[in-house]
Amino acid sequence: MELVKKIGIAISIAALLLFLSCFFGAKYQLTPEILNTSILNQQDLEQIKPAVSFMMFNPYSSSFSFVKDFKSAVNSVNEKNRSQQKWDQVIYTDYTFTVTKNSNEGFVRDHNITLLTILFLLVIVGSLLFIIPRYAFMEKGIHHNNIFRNKVNALGWIGILFGTLLILFYILLYFFPEYITNWVILVDPLSRFTNGHDATQWYLYGVLYTIAVIVMGIRMLLKYRGNFYQQFRTSSVMFFQLAFAFIIPEILVSLNKPWFDFKNIWPLNYSFFYDWNLKSLMQNGTLGWFMLFWGIALIIVAVPVFTYFFGKRWYCSWVCGCGGLAETLGDPFRQLSSKKLIAWKIERWLVHSVLVFAVIMTAVTLINFISGYKILGNETNTLHKAYGFLIGSVFSGVVGTGFYPLMGNRVWCRFGCPLAAYLGLVQRFKSRFRITTNGGQCISCGNCSTYCEMGIDVRWYAQRGQNIVRSSCVGCGVCAAVCPRGVLKLENAEEKGRFEFHPIGEKKRL
Amino acid sequence: MHIVIIGNGITGITTARHVRKLSDHDITVISSESKYFFSRTALMYLYMGHMKFEHIKPYEDWFWKKNRINLVHDHVDNIDFDNKQCWLRNGEKISYDKLVIASGSKPNDIGINFSKIKGAQGLYSLSDLELMEQNTKGISKAVIIGGGLIGIEMAEMLHSRDIHVTILVMEKSYWNNALPMEESEMITRHIRRHGIEVKTSTQLYEIKQDESGRVRSVITDQDEAIECQFLGVTVGVSPNVDFVRNSDVATSRGILVNEFFETTAKDVYAAGDCAEFMNPKPGQFHVEQLWYTGRMQGEVLANNLLGKRIPYERGIWFNSAKFLNIEYQTYGMVPAEIPDHLDSFYWENVDEEKCLRIVFRKNDRAVTGFNLLGIRYRHEVCERWIKEERSVDFVMNHLKEANFDGEFYKRNEEAMTRKFKQGFVQAAVAAP
Repeated sequence: MELVKKIGIAISIAALLLFLSCFFGAKYQLTPEILNTSILNQQDLEQIKPAVSFMMFNPYSSSFSFVKDFKSAVNSVNEKNRSQQKWDQVIYTDYTFTVTKNSNEGFVRDHNITLLTILFLLVIVGSLLFIIPRYAFMEKGIHHNNIFRNKVNALGWIGILFGTLLILFYILLYFFPEYITNWVILVDPLSRFTNGHDATQWYLYGVLYTIAVIVMGIRMLLKYRGNFYQQFRTSSVMFFQLAFAFIIPEILVSLNKPWFDFKNIWPLNYSFFYDWNLKSLMQNGTLGWFMLFWGIALIIVAVPVFTYFFGKRWYCSWVCGCGGLAETLGDPFRQLSSKKLIAWKIERWLVHSVLVFAVIMTAVTLINFISGYKILGNETNTLHKAYGFLIGSVFSGVVGTGFYPLMGNRVWCRFGCPLAAYLGLVQRFKSRFRITTNGGQCISCGNCSTYCEMGIDVRWYAQRGQNIVRSSCVGCGVCAAVCPRGVLKLENAEEKGRFEFHPIGEKKRL
Repeated sequence: MHIVIIGNGITGITTARHVRKLSDHDITVISSESKYFFSRTALMYLYMGHMKFEHIKPYEDWFWKKNRINLVHDHVDNIDFDNKQCWLRNGEKISYDKLVIASGSKPNDIGINFSKIKGAQGLYSLSDLELMEQNTKGISKAVIIGGGLIGIEMAEMLHSRDIHVTILVMEKSYWNNALPMEESEMITRHIRRHGIEVKTSTQLYEIKQDESGRVRSVITDQDEAIECQFLGVTVGVSPNVDFVRNSDVATSRGILVNEFFETTAKDVYAAGDCAEFMNPKPGQFHVEQLWYTGRMQGEVLANNLLGKRIPYERGIWFNSAKFLNIEYQTYGMVPAEIPDHLDSFYWENVDEEKCLRIVFRKNDRAVTGFNLLGIRYRHEVCERWIKEERSVDFVMNHLKEANFDGEFYKRNEEAMTRKFKQGFVQAAVAAP
């Protein structure tokens, strides 16, 4: 068994190294045909063509020099336009990624199907060879032995290295996709198969995301054999990721419909009310209108109603994509969330500020859109850019996921997600959900608090015999699982008595 | 008024917290074990790597200053009851107006001199845990004497580091002096399934040491030699009261107290593991050594310290534990041997390692106790049924209300009721 696990680790590392090495080794050569297929806007094309003529048929050995030359060429065009006050000719679309990707040639492009197949097999086989012997043949129960001596799980060097790689990956993905064209080219065959188009960096991200949720979901299912709530919610997030975030949107795109994730709710889905999205939906007939109404119904009906009956876990732990990744890929890091009081204070300020930011931004956008851009013109774009950069990219991506191995798996959900804040307000003030504390059975051991990914000091309530009603609780149920004395239970029950105290042995008798 | 508390375990700390809640007096808590309060019950999880020390502290370090609870990390060597002073090891003296002794327990050694036999030890305190860390480094085999709650914890700890464990149990099966045979056997089977050896009806006869004085093997009274490099001695604990023996404070097993936790010395109180009730009520114990009772005693004691005389009444007994993967809960009294005036209903699912036992009086069928393994029940509901003297028939009809298992778990109440109907035909289960 130990040998099989080691082989699994070796294969997984080989897969990672192969993937990383695919980053390198491409050549870049621009041709007129490439430019024609990459830039569909004729006005932009006519301007860029002469500016990049010096690059034509000129082989570049690195993406850095290629990107530098291309960007400076486009910049010079724009500077000229601006200095001559030809505002309508300024090129706003960033073609760098598409042009670089299409100019990419070399080993990876020539063998992308082979490499993709090898990588896919290595990742799946390698991780399962580790995961299955690690959990499937163990007794049912809690598998936390030696976690705090582990170099991955407890801020050891492997964990820090993994976090650093994740952070770098997100920075490249969000801000410098033109340097990861090799990776995107790897998934081109899959993209053409699922939707008929070449892949973008977001397609690559979607594929990696889905693989992570499925593989690490299998790990969760094995780790929590015998815990039927964990089985249920893990299966649920795996299903929603695969079907709602991956397969259905791909089918929509292949049918020339807008990419749409039916489970993504505003304000997590912050661009839902952006003018381009509204226009796109309105231009797509019955389906588009359905999507629009569906999206609005989720916000005003589904969130309050489902949260009333089940708590915010119905979304955060059963449906959400971010939650799905956190509960699968992020599970090995759940114990790293801070339980300090100060962290809770920061959390409340931060997460509600993001909610306010999202609401104001959306309100301004909608008013401007309805008024026909009379009020602010295109100024809302600045607001969108700021939100997209700060919240959409840096917070939810770079910090939210990149910091898994450093600050726990729910950094984004806890400190940043505006939808979690909205769901949390409903959960706190109008819901049947609570974690019930079983009388006086708590021994203050601290397992519940330690393994709470949201950093709730569960023990503080449990040891006083008090039910846990907290807006941040995503209802993952791990506190109840790890409790060695059967003290905690996630429940939907009558609102009456939700906040009640049952300190058996204390107070009551005095 | 200055209230000084010796011991920062659950009893001492609960006392301090409640004195602070109810008053503005000066509070000092002295402990030589650790500066900050930690959960003793969680020590095993440190060894197993589930948590670090910071995680088993129920309150953050700022809590004590904010609540003006003064913490002193030192040992009380002597108490001058006449001048109301505690003498600390570092030479300082601390004066008190009222003194609380909550010094906890120490492991029983059954005559084994731990200091002379390397690798042999008990497990109670933080320093015991540190010693165990050293004693078990790189070893492959361990023997544990004593089939109680700390014994199985120690076994689980060692097992988590792939150390082969043999437990010597005096009784016919594990913890059979506290659990009825069926429960006890289920747990014994469970322990054995994990690869931990349980030798029942077996006692330690002799310890063999190597030249360095380290444990090499043990010989049992069955004349069997078991090789081991570590010997865990978990044969119960006794009140840790040697430092007040032969003083103004009368002791027997522990420090003698009345139901107000008053000792024989003026303004000196004792509670928790180290206290022994002079006249416990029928059915209550002389010494209560539970986390829960320590907590309850601390709260009552705080009131008594502040002049509000409240007698300690424990109420309906409850307890819980975990034996490897099987959780155990008990409410009310379930004796290991069911006496004649009681009857018991027992249901077990062997494959799923779950069981329920309900003990009730033969004459009026009133329920007096629950034992549960592998199933969680509600404290509040079980306690209420026992208090209200509900009949076993009523309880069987309402069992579902007591279930506390997680969502989507298989419920067993119907199978239990079926079994009950078969075994206790005379019962009118259908009628509420």
